Formats: sequence, structure tokens, C-alpha cells
Amino acid sequence: MAEKIQMLALSPTMERGRIVKWLKGEGDEIASGDVICEVETDKATMEYESINEGTILKIIVGEGKDAAIGDTIAIVGEKGEDISGVLAEIERGREKEKMAVEGGSREGESRVAGEEAEEAKATATAGVSAGELFTARSTDESTAKSAARSITESAIESTAESAAGGIPSGKGRVKASPLAKKIARDAGIDISSVRGTGPEGRVVKRDVEGFLRAGSKSAAFGRTEIKEAEGLRGRKIPVTGMRKVIAERLSNSKFQSPHYYLKLTVEVESLMEARRRLNESVGKKVSFNAFLLKFVAEALKRNPQVNAGWFGDYIEYFPSVDIGIAVALENGLITPVVKNCEKLGILDIDGELELLIERAKAGKLKPDEYSGATFTISNLGSFGIEEFTAIINPPGSAILAVGSIAEQVVSIDGIPSVRKLMKLTLSCDHRVIDGAVGARFLKDLKDIIEEPIRALY
Amino acid sequence: MPGKYSKKFLEKLLRDMLLIRRFEEKAAQMYGLRKIGGFLHLYIGQEAVATGSIAALDLQKDYVLTGYRDHAHALVCGMDPKVAMAELYGKLTGCSKGKGGSMHFYDAEKHMLGGNGIVGSQIPVATGVGLKIRYRREDGVVLCYFGDGAIHQGSFHESLNLAKIWKLPVIYICENNQYGMGTDFRRVSAVEDFSVMATGYGIPGKQVDGMDVLEVYESISRAVAKARKEPSPFFFEVKTYRYKGHSMSDPAKYRTKEELEAHKKQDPILILKGYMEEKGFTDEAGFKKIDDEVRKEVIEAVDFSENSPEPEEEALYEDVYA
Amino acid sequence: MAIITFRDAIREAIDEEMERDDSVILLGEEVAQYNGAYKVSRGLLDKYGAARVIDTPISEEGFTGVGVGAALAGLRPIVEWMTFNFSLMAYDQVVSNAAKSRYMSGGQLKVPVVFRGPNGPAEYLAAQHSQALEVIYAHIPGLKVVAPGTPYDAKGLLKSSIRDDNPVIFLESEMMYAWKGEVPAGEYLIPLGEADIKREGSDVTIVTFSKPLKLAREAAGELEKEGISVEIVDVRSIRPLDEETIYTSVRKTNRCLVLEESWPFASVGSHIAWLISKNCFDYLDAPVELVSMEDVPMPYNHRLELAVQPSVEKVKEVCKRVLYKES
Repeated sequence: MAEKIQMLALSPTMERGRIVKWLKGEGDEIASGDVICEVETDKATMEYESINEGTILKIIVGEGKDAAIGDTIAIVGEKGEDISGVLAEIERGREKEKMAVEGGSREGESRVAGEEAEEAKATATAGVSAGELFTARSTDESTAKSAARSITESAIESTAESAAGGIPSGKGRVKASPLAKKIARDAGIDISSVRGTGPEGRVVKRDVEGFLRAGSKSAAFGRTEIKEAEGLRGRKIPVTGMRKVIAERLSNSKFQSPHYYLKLTVEVESLMEARRRLNESVGKKVSFNAFLLKFVAEALKRNPQVNAGWFGDYIEYFPSVDIGIAVALENGLITPVVKNCEKLGILDIDGELELLIERAKAGKLKPDEYSGATFTISNLGSFGIEEFTAIINPPGSAILAVGSIAEQVVSIDGIPSVRKLMKLTLSCDHRVIDGAVGARFLKDLKDIIEEPIRALY
Repeated sequence: MPGKYSKKFLEKLLRDMLLIRRFEEKAAQMYGLRKIGGFLHLYIGQEAVATGSIAALDLQKDYVLTGYRDHAHALVCGMDPKVAMAELYGKLTGCSKGKGGSMHFYDAEKHMLGGNGIVGSQIPVATGVGLKIRYRREDGVVLCYFGDGAIHQGSFHESLNLAKIWKLPVIYICENNQYGMGTDFRRVSAVEDFSVMATGYGIPGKQVDGMDVLEVYESISRAVAKARKEPSPFFFEVKTYRYKGHSMSDPAKYRTKEELEAHKKQDPILILKGYMEEKGFTDEAGFKKIDDEVRKEVIEAVDFSENSPEPEEEALYEDVYA
Repeated sequence: MAIITFRDAIREAIDEEMERDDSVILLGEEVAQYNGAYKVSRGLLDKYGAARVIDTPISEEGFTGVGVGAALAGLRPIVEWMTFNFSLMAYDQVVSNAAKSRYMSGGQLKVPVVFRGPNGPAEYLAAQHSQALEVIYAHIPGLKVVAPGTPYDAKGLLKSSIRDDNPVIFLESEMMYAWKGEVPAGEYLIPLGEADIKREGSDVTIVTFSKPLKLAREAAGELEKEGISVEIVDVRSIRPLDEETIYTSVRKTNRCLVLEESWPFASVGSHIAWLISKNCFDYLDAPVELVSMEDVPMPYNHRLELAVQPSVEKVKEVCKRVLYKES
């Protein structure tokens, strides 16, 4: 069976390596231990020893080109073996890698936010009012938050101390032993009114106790509440990280793939009923989206041409149905992917979704959990949006936009009756999916939603 | 014409050597993919030494201690390759629950007492295990391995002296793979023949061809038999060669390609294979069958390691004290 | 109750443990025929024979490693270092092998070995032979470090150390061997990790261990005449450290000095002082003080060597300083 020869870390610090020279070519036999190429690392040019055996079937990364650790640089196997499967796998890997860039930039984003927090801190020491200071919080970044928090704390402390010392001119702090401070704090007395008898006038236990015996007690001081200010008004936020990736990917998709749109209205009475029953029987609320994913997967099974991707010189019909679902985050959007939906039941999908969405909101999704969707669903129904058109999320070639559910009066056999209706809009990439193909898919989906038992046909 | 060894015995040696080689090739690959970190010292080229010498032992009563190039000794002592690979991965299922790594393989049950990361540090410890055998009047022996780099440490010389005065059944094996890290042993040793060092302590010393697993087996077997009968130390300089760098970050620029290729022609696996073919015990297909089985075992070890859990942070404070 | 020397208390502990468990052996320089460089092992060769009381060459790294190996394989060796100064030759064996084999093997191995001998300054011995090195062992997780200050504690703690399944560093002192104290007949054990209040008091706590305990007691006696009540916490074992007993005392007296005879930089005493500052912060009425050796190598000249070490006078002076009663 054909195997991938992967770029290895040939120095402890290397991230990528450049193929300087191939010492073996396509068609050459190699054995374990053979030097097959020379790789320039960040440190030196190293010999790459193969542990694979067989014939080099294809060189993927040519001389002078870079590869990251783990990238396939060549394929080895038996002479004449079919390697199209491995090639397709590599191509999909590349697609995913492009998306993984998102993860990398996110770090950059937090750095920027961190720097902003530093700036905020610097401003604080320069003596600007607290209100301005806390605009740093609106970057919504933990680094900024903690910086801001430490500013709050030191502000409170200094306020407290100047109150305690009773010397607003900032002449210095009252010297007191920790024990003396604690006794004073517990008794609610102002330690600045106690005369210290320790070294350099330090207030010690016996001083506070003497003060207490003398019966003098001043009013306890309160802490100043500092209110946070928030707001984006008037600020320019640099485009970094996730925002940048969203901008690039969606622009590419919208500009490069010829979108067309199909719309129809479905009745969801049966679906709602099915959901109600399922909820009852399992004793939990199964999400509406889990049903949608399941039914879309069923419709895709019947219409595999829709579960496909455009790769320039070929179209790949994906081996599994991996459905992405758009999830709004505070600072952007991410599409966690439920893999192998064609094999999963509604409850499995529901469980997966719950987990993925939770991880998405916590910012903990791994690149392979939010990339590689073969089909995507975007549901804005909960906002009351009746219908909308969505931008296709590659490598998939279609995206389903789901609108809100509303009761409407419709004519059934000439009799006006009230029905729960929902509007679906399918965006398709015409390079992959022709109009009739998209239409057939959408029709099948409608049938299944309106009569869920059809999912079993 | 069959020789003095059974087919079964020779196949066991061949399998052990192949297991070491395939295991380490895979480990190197996984290191390259950053699945394994830190130091990874490979034994490839030296397989005959651990294989031939440990074959002479009875691990019910005998012990093995070695330095940081320890994967082979553990595997030949019978450590499950899964458990060994998982340790390299730092997983909970590793022999040391992910706390030891490459240099600290232990299998107490099989009397493999480590794995030691300090050059020569294991030599007095092995000598102490010999003291226990002697004190308890058992008939076990200790095999104590170290490299040509360790032989100039005080610990070696002190231990030889102690083992001699106390008549301890310890067999000291210097695996002379020619280079202490990047230094040719001839550049830093007063003598080229290490075996004479033992005679300074009144201990018999002998040079052995470490690329011939049967020669290693025979030499060590004889010493083991003698030490069992009448406890006393032995010393062997086993001449061998490592094909790879000192560790994964060493490109081994201090030696020529010609030198490496010349040694690869003396490959311990090929030598044994040739011997077995001569005796009619194996052929290409038979060899490939064992090799395929071993490769499969190694892939299973990787799968096992990939799917094994990481240790929990709570485990940090476990096993600091008994 | 019998009054015996510190030296005899240690010998009794070794003797009793060798008697009850044949896996206990003693090895070191001059321990057998010579009866011990400080006569601690007197008579043991005659009683147990050369297989169990073993003379070694001057080969610290070698025989220390042998102790580790024998322990790994199931014996309970007591390794005597003629002094802790020479243990530096064997430091790798203690740190790399004794302390870490259990952890590195994921709990497969244990190393029940005791390393013992005199530590700390003696007299007229100059820099290489007169120093307190406990912190270089106390620093290492995986080791236990025991530091008795009386014959009674020495015997009970050594017996526990020999039975412990971990490597134990047991600190004695050339100067202490001749000290006498009450030691009951018959067996008793003192668990490792329990401090002992050697004197109760209310004004200031002295935390100490090993030989300086004597200084603390003398200083406390003199201070009592001046109306100052001193409490003495003898930690007895440095690792594990009985922190609670220390804190309870400091929370009571609100003032503390830590007394030791090693150098002050990153010492056991400075660590204890940090623990107190951290855990008793709100109970402190004065900064925690440290009385230790001056930060220089030990000189030979007697006047100078006394000036380098803690003394009763220094302890008294610092006690007064933490009480804000400077003279």
C-alpha cells in the first residue's frame, strides 16, 4: 500500500524544511536507512534517511520548495500502484491547512490585545482618569482584562491606603507590622491614628492593643467602587486573526465560485411533533439543528453530487458527509463540523453538536474540528430572520440558509388553515452543482422534513 | 548442515534484533513528527550486543542495568514494545507512566533496573546489585552496560575495584561504538584496547566483535556460567558501531560516509541472516515474514501510544516517595 | 533512665535494627576493623561479621552507588560517610539515582538506604572539613533529611530512617557524638516529620535543628533571667518538615528567629523563614530573623572560626532584636 513520506523535524527547533536536493527520483527503489534527499533546516543542511521501503511513486515537494513538519514530501509504494486516493487526501489536507492559519493568527490577535493592555497600563501610570483606562476591557481579551484588573486592584489599594494614612499628599505609608494591621482591621480602627513604638515608629501589636484599651475608635473607611466603562464608539480595531480569515475566505468564495440560490418553504408540523416525542422519550431537549443535520445528511445521501468540492482540475465527491454549522462568537464566526453525519443518529449528532458548540464558544476547537465541511448549514431563525442567502463555505459547494418558523394561513385543498412554515435557501456553486441537481436535493430535503419517516426509505 | 544452535534460538535472536531496529526507526520517525521529544539516543547498528548478551541470562535471577541508550536492553529483557513506545510518547501507559522517557526505561519485574541518564552513573549501582546477590548467596549475575564515553569516569574504575575486592558477580560490558557523543574514542583514551583496563584491577578483560550476535552470546555465556559458579567480576569491550548520530540532533559530521557504509556492510542483522541461510534455517521469504511481523508489532505500538491517555496533573506528586 | 552519648545512641539504633532485620548492612570507610572513624560502629564487626559490616576503600562515589544498587535490589544498607564533606564526591549517586529512581520508574522501584555521618562545623578544621551541607540534600525531592539534636531523638529517628522505604540523609556531628542525654532502655521509634517543642515560651519562637539546638537552649535559659520567655521548636526532620508545629508556635508568640549553622544564602533556615512569612503573615509583629554562619568559608584560626558561627550571644542579641528590645 502506498505510504506518505513526511517531512520530519531534523533539528530540535525547525518548523519547516527546504528540499535542497532529491537524491532519489520517481521510480527509484529505496530501502530503510537510504538517504533520499537533503533538507535545509533552520540550522544546517541535513540528510533525510528514509524508514520506508519500496519505490518512489511521486515526489510532492520539489527541490527548492519548503515543507512543514508532517507534510507529505513524496509517496512510496509498489511500482504501478494507484495513488490517486493518497493524492486526494493530501489535497484535502492542504485545504485544511489553509484554514488552520486561522488558529495561528488568533495568537497574533491576543498579542495585539496584550499590547493594548500594556498601553492602557502605561496610560494609567501617566495619570489618566479611570474611565478612559478601562476602554482596554472592550477588546474583550483576557490579557487586557487581567491587566485592567490589576490596575483596578492597585487603584483600590492606593485609595485605601491614602484613606488609612490620612495623608492625601502621598507623604508615605504607615509602618505597621502585619499583625498590628490585622488587629486594627478586625477592630475597624484607623491605624494611622495609632502611635508606633517599634523600630522607626513601626506600629506593633502592643501599640494597637494600647490604643484599643484607651477606647479611641475612628470611623471605618469604605472602599471606592470603580465602575467599568465599555464601548466601541470612536475606536479603530485592527483587522487581525479570525476577522481577517473570515474576510479572506468568504471574499474568495463569493468572488470565485458562481453562486446561485434556490428557495422553498417547508411545513414543519411533523418535524416539531417528532421532536416533541423524542424529547419526551429521552427526557432532554434535542436541538432543532440536530434534526436539520440528520435530514440534510439523508438528502445528501440521495444526492451525492451535492456533497462535493471544486479543486480546479477535478471535482471530488467526498467519501463522508461532514456538515458544518455556523456558530456566532462574540468576536466572529466559526463552523464546527459534525463528521460522518451519514452514519450518525439524531441523538449522536445532538451530542456532538453540543460538545462542539461548547468548545467553539470556549475557543478550544482544533483546526480539524472546524475545517473540511462538505456541506454547511446557517440557521438565523432564532433572530426572527425569515429568509436569507448565505455564502458557500469551501471545500463544500453548497450552504443551506434556514429562516425562522412562523405560523401562516395557507390554503389546503381550498380551505384556509394555519400551518407552521419555515423558509430554506440553498446557495450552490454552479461549477459543481447544476440547477436541477440542487433543486432535486432541496426537494428531497423538503419531503423528509415534512414527513420524517421518509428518512428511513 | 545444522550447527550447534537450534533454528528456534536463532530466530529469537533475529527477531529481537529486528524488533530493536524497526522500533527505533519508527521512534525516529515519530520524533521527527514531534510526537516524541527531548533526547532520543538510537541503538541502530548495535543490536547484536544487547541481544546476544541478554540471551545468555536467566532474568528470574539475573539483572540488567544500562545507560541512556536503553531501548534495546528493555525490549530484549521482554518489555512490551507498546509500553516502551508509550513511554517515549510520555503517556500514562508507558513503563514509567510517562515520567521517565527515552533514557529511563525500567521493568522491575523483568529485572531491568534502568536506564540512566548520567554517563557512568549506573556502574556503581549495578555493582551494588551484585553486592546484594553475593550477600544473599544467590547464583545470579548482573550485566552492567555502558559506552566508551563512560569508561573514563571515576565510577567505572571505583566499581571495578570494589567488585574485585568483594568478588561480586558483575559482568561489565563496555559497548564501544567508537564515539563518545562526537569524540572518537582514540582521541581521549590512553589505551586503544579497553580490555587492558580491567587487568589493572585483576579482572579478566576481553575484546569481542559486537557485530556478530553469536560471538557476543558465546563470550557472555561463558562469563555468566563462571560467575554463577564462583562469584567474580568480568569485563568485556564489545566493539560495535552506531549508524545514527549520538542523539536526534546530531548529524554525525565527525565521521565519513565511507566509514559508515563500511560498517553497514557488517550489519549484525545481515550477518545473522547470512549464517541462518547457510544453515538452511531461513531464506528471503522467511526473513521477510519475521520482519513483517515485527513491523506490524511496531505499528501497533504506535497506535497504542497515540490512543493512550496523558498522565493527569495530579500524578505530579505521585511516586516521589514510597 | 540511662544517660548515654549521642554516639552510643546511634550505635544502639544500628545494632537493634541489624538484629531484627538481616537485610540491614553497614558499609563505609573504617566502619569495620577500625570500629568507625568516630567509633560509632564499635563492636558491630565482631557481632555481625564482615559480610554485614563492610570496610570500603576511599571510594565515595563507588560505595555510595553500591548502597543505592543494593537498596534497589532489596537490602537496607546504611552507608556511612566519614564526614559529609566527602559526600560531595558521591553527590551524583544521591541526586541522580537514590532520589530519582522511584519517580523515573513510575513507582516500580524503591530505594531504602540511609546515608549518615557527621555534618556541620567542628574545630580547627578549616574550610573543606568544617561546613554544614544539609541544604544541598534538603533541596532534592525524593530524599528525606533528618537532623536530630539529642541522643534520644537520634536513636528513635535513626531506627525509623532505617525502616523507611526512601533514601534518608541522616545528619550527625563530630561535636555532638560525646554529648550525653537520657535514652530509655528498650525499643522506641520517632516518626520522621514530627517537630518537637523542646521548651515552651510565650515571647519569641526559635526554630532550629541539629547541633544549634544546644545554643538555643542556653540562650533561652539566659534570656529567661532577663524576663524573656523563649519557645524552642526542634524540627528534627527537615524533609518532611512539620510546618504546622512551627506555625502554631509563631502564631502564639508573633515573633520568630530561625537558627542554623549553614550559610544563609538559600539555606534550610531561609526557606523556613519564608514559609513563616508567608503562612503567618498576619501574626507577625516583627520580621522573621535568621541566625546562621557568616557567608564565608570556614577559617582555621580559632578566634575567627568562632566569629563565623552562631553563638549564644548572637542568638540572645537577635532574640532581643525581634522583640524590639535592642540593648
